[in-house]
Amino acid sequence: MSISRRHMLLLLPAAAVAWKHVLAGTPESASNYTMSQHWWGMLIDLTKCIGCGNCVRGCQAENDVPDGYFRTWVERYHVTDYDIENPHVDSPDGGIKGFPPTKEEDGKNFFVPKLCNECADSPCTQVCPVGATFISPDGVVLIDKKYCLGCRYCVQACPYGCRFINPASNTAEKCTLCYHRITKGLTTACCESCPTGARQLADLKNPNDPIHEFLKTHSVQVLKPYMATHAKVFYNGLDGSVR
Amino acid sequence: MNAFKDSGHLLRLAAVLVAGILVFLVIRGFLVPKSFGEYGHYRGDAISDVAARPVNFAGHETCEGCHSDVLDKKKDGKHAHVSCEACHGPQARHADDPATIQPPKLDTALLCVKCHEANAAKPKSFPQVTSADHSSGLACDTCHQPHSPAISGETK
Repeated sequence: MSISRRHMLLLLPAAAVAWKHVLAGTPESASNYTMSQHWWGMLIDLTKCIGCGNCVRGCQAENDVPDGYFRTWVERYHVTDYDIENPHVDSPDGGIKGFPPTKEEDGKNFFVPKLCNECADSPCTQVCPVGATFISPDGVVLIDKKYCLGCRYCVQACPYGCRFINPASNTAEKCTLCYHRITKGLTTACCESCPTGARQLADLKNPNDPIHEFLKTHSVQVLKPYMATHAKVFYNGLDGSVR
Repeated sequence: MNAFKDSGHLLRLAAVLVAGILVFLVIRGFLVPKSFGEYGHYRGDAISDVAARPVNFAGHETCEGCHSDVLDKKKDGKHAHVSCEACHGPQARHADDPATIQPPKLDTALLCVKCHEANAAKPKSFPQVTSADHSSGLACDTCHQPHSPAISGETK
């Protein structure tokens, strides 16, 4: 039997469709974690933060963050009464070794832990030219290391300075909200190692999560709300001078 | 059909175009990962790649499974809500193989001051001491037991 050129042309698209199904294979067996049932964020209670640096060390130990780079860090603010617009901020080694004594005791002194704000409208994912960073269906901003080119667009786009280029892999890196832990029912490494409970992982889709009661009864703020990023890291007791 | 009398070269051009598109689609089928576009403009499998990382902090529930005696000591004290690995460090490997992998012994002289050394930036309600004045060089666990640090007789 011979196939004419005309028949061959008709057969090719059908073959392409069939091949696509071969490539797709059988769907993977699902674990008991369903992405659509979660919407992750974090609550940071600044009235409890003691600047011990446990979260920074915990993050480093859990995620092999390279030395000198931080997925989470702690800042110390010093705000004087006469110049609340220009606070003095320091964060020696990201606070990984804690903080030296606070010299100027006048005015206000307090600690602010920072991490990826898991924005629901994240500027960093919008600028990626190759689809290497994205918001997962459960609301965590993640990076596909295999796709990342290391072009640094996202590093520039993040208004909170939460991204960096890993010097070993030359790809962008950031807090994953310990995605490998929260999908197994554990809390993040920083929350697990926080001794005062200043950090609490929050699942905004879980009606029984204590975050809902907290948000109802406290004055809670996000960082840089004017950027309209819809950040999901909520700060209790946030001073207006914090940038 | 007169209009198509001399159109053979156009049909051949169209055939080349169609063949080109088909070759493009087939190559694209090979190069684009099957999970791309599953949830959005990214590789769906990247999510499971990130989730596949091993865990280092076992979580206090895991610790409490074996060390219920420590839980009893802690439960009425000031450190009741401090999770085990906040002081003892990540212990998932110990939890997987408790016989061979032992957590390091902690030195209270270095450990306690990480939280309790006085600093003006700490919340005023948090218990703080200037270690040099407080214990005259004695190790903290001379008087305080870390799992329930109140000195007996003192209010907890």
